[in-house]
Amino acid sequence: MIPIPHYLTVSAILFTTGAIGVLMRRNALIMLMSLELMLNAVNLSFVAYARLHQDMGGHVFVFLSITVAAAEAAVGLAILLTIFRARATVDVDNLHLLQR
Amino acid sequence: METFLFWIFAIVAVGGGIMVVFHRNPMSSAIYLVVTMLCLAGFYALLAGPFVAVIQVLVYAGAVMVLILFVIMMLNLRDETLQREGSMVTWLLAGLIGLVLVVAVLPPFPRTPAGAPPPEFGTIEEVGNKLFTVYMLPFELTSVLLLIAIIGAVILAKRRML
Amino acid sequence: MFLDFVIVLIKAGVVLFALLNLAALLTWAERKQSAFMQDRIGPNRANVGNITAGGLLHIMADGIKMIAKEDFIPEGAHRVLHTLAPAAALFPALVVFAVIPFGDVLVIGGKAIPLQVANLNVGILYIFSIASLAVYGTMLAGWASNNNYSLLGGLRASSQMISYEVSMGLSILGILMIYQSAQLDVIVREQGQLLLGFIPRWGVLLQPVGFFLFLAAAVAENKRTPFDLPEGESEIIGYFVEYSSMKFGMFFLAEFVEVVIVAGLVTTLFFGGWQFPYLQADGFHWPFESGVWHLPHLLVALIQIGTFCIKVLIWCWILLLVRWTLPRFRYDQVMRLGWKMMLPLALANLLVTAVIVLLVT
Repeated sequence: MIPIPHYLTVSAILFTTGAIGVLMRRNALIMLMSLELMLNAVNLSFVAYARLHQDMGGHVFVFLSITVAAAEAAVGLAILLTIFRARATVDVDNLHLLQR
Repeated sequence: METFLFWIFAIVAVGGGIMVVFHRNPMSSAIYLVVTMLCLAGFYALLAGPFVAVIQVLVYAGAVMVLILFVIMMLNLRDETLQREGSMVTWLLAGLIGLVLVVAVLPPFPRTPAGAPPPEFGTIEEVGNKLFTVYMLPFELTSVLLLIAIIGAVILAKRRML
Repeated sequence: MFLDFVIVLIKAGVVLFALLNLAALLTWAERKQSAFMQDRIGPNRANVGNITAGGLLHIMADGIKMIAKEDFIPEGAHRVLHTLAPAAALFPALVVFAVIPFGDVLVIGGKAIPLQVANLNVGILYIFSIASLAVYGTMLAGWASNNNYSLLGGLRASSQMISYEVSMGLSILGILMIYQSAQLDVIVREQGQLLLGFIPRWGVLLQPVGFFLFLAAAVAENKRTPFDLPEGESEIIGYFVEYSSMKFGMFFLAEFVEVVIVAGLVTTLFFGGWQFPYLQADGFHWPFESGVWHLPHLLVALIQIGTFCIKVLIWCWILLLVRWTLPRFRYDQVMRLGWKMMLPLALANLLVTAVIVLLVT
């Protein structure tokens, strides 16, 4: 029987890794994937707590969270495609047209 | 058995997560992310959540990651355009801040151990029960959100101005 | 505890053994079947000391040929992904059979052994999740070959697979609603009930539209004719053009294993699985309460396993028949069929089934 804090630790490590990825990387695709990693880590936390308190609400929320993440990934990739067609780059440091 | 599985899933998931962030080529990052997601599905199965485990594989690993891989293949980035991002010092600093962040993000650990759940915990009937009674409003709002996302993605990805 | 583990291992071993052997046999059966349909003899040359065995030795000859060929990775290709893709194509095909029940509970020496490798609570959803993992083999094979044509072929094949996954899932929801469970052994058991006193409640009688939709979507998912444009042998470059020897063999083995999977799924969900009409655990219960023939338990179990095997074989044969009868679709026709015709039809089927179930219960 694995104690629940172990799952929470794994979730925290994955979340931090995702956060570092979003902040440090310039490639928009990898930023999006790090964002998905963060969402996954939070889902793991939800399921661990649902197991602890024996409340099915955690599972329902994870189900809805996965759905929302799928919708967000689709729209984010569509935006990325539009930007790539206009500027031929996925490097977010080069997207400064509105800057003075 | 459960301990053995947990440690395998944990090491592969954390390793995969770190490799997602550190690879230059987005294709390799995507493959490692798929591996991490499958390990997380294993975690959900260990935590008595067969429904969310299968949904994780079906939606996340089977649809969202396929979509991301599609876009990566369509963009077809050459290796020369991907340069080194950030120097070694910056990454070391990021690693240190990451360690601090892990300790800061960790919640106060629950004192009492988890009891054994009833046999129908996490089954598809239980999730359906809760989803269509208590959480009806988020369910309907999510369906509207999906509709908006479909329309938005189709319009944004078309070639001409609509 | 340890005995349960060993029993599960034995069941898994038996299932894998049967599955791989049947897939290998199908490679021979396909060529012989096409020969009979086209009024010729088919492969009959492979022999060991002048014993031809009707061409069955061609299976071994093909295997030896594929293993003995040179195995190369094209220059500039991603080495790990190029080697991983055939495994990623074969793994989901083999794993799906873990939830398909091939018999009722077998009682040996006081121990009840359910004849199903894993009785998951979310049985049908597990099948769909593994089917959605099958896309990876195709996509990675197309990309990792460092060849623009195979990349396009891979994208085409995987978008076809994704499109038909949706229709496949929706067409099964009617079955879920009627039998009130997602567990496959409950679905098969429910198909033993009698409708109007003498007709077994098979899925095909209660959900005919769902059956046709599922059959078409599963054949398209499997990339078999008439949906085999990604593989289109004489017309177009496929996603496995840079593969040789056993990696190529693994792709084709995966395709034939998926034929067996489709046959197994269709019999389990729509044709009663291991149910022989009127046969229950203690013998034949004839309809209209006319009588009971009692049979020993082992004989009943044997009849049920045999029924399952025969039904799967019949469906494999029907899928081979379809392959050699219909011409293949063009890619835009495939996409239009999947999204504009099958998806609305599956949704309409779902709506009608829901209304009928609500009215009946």
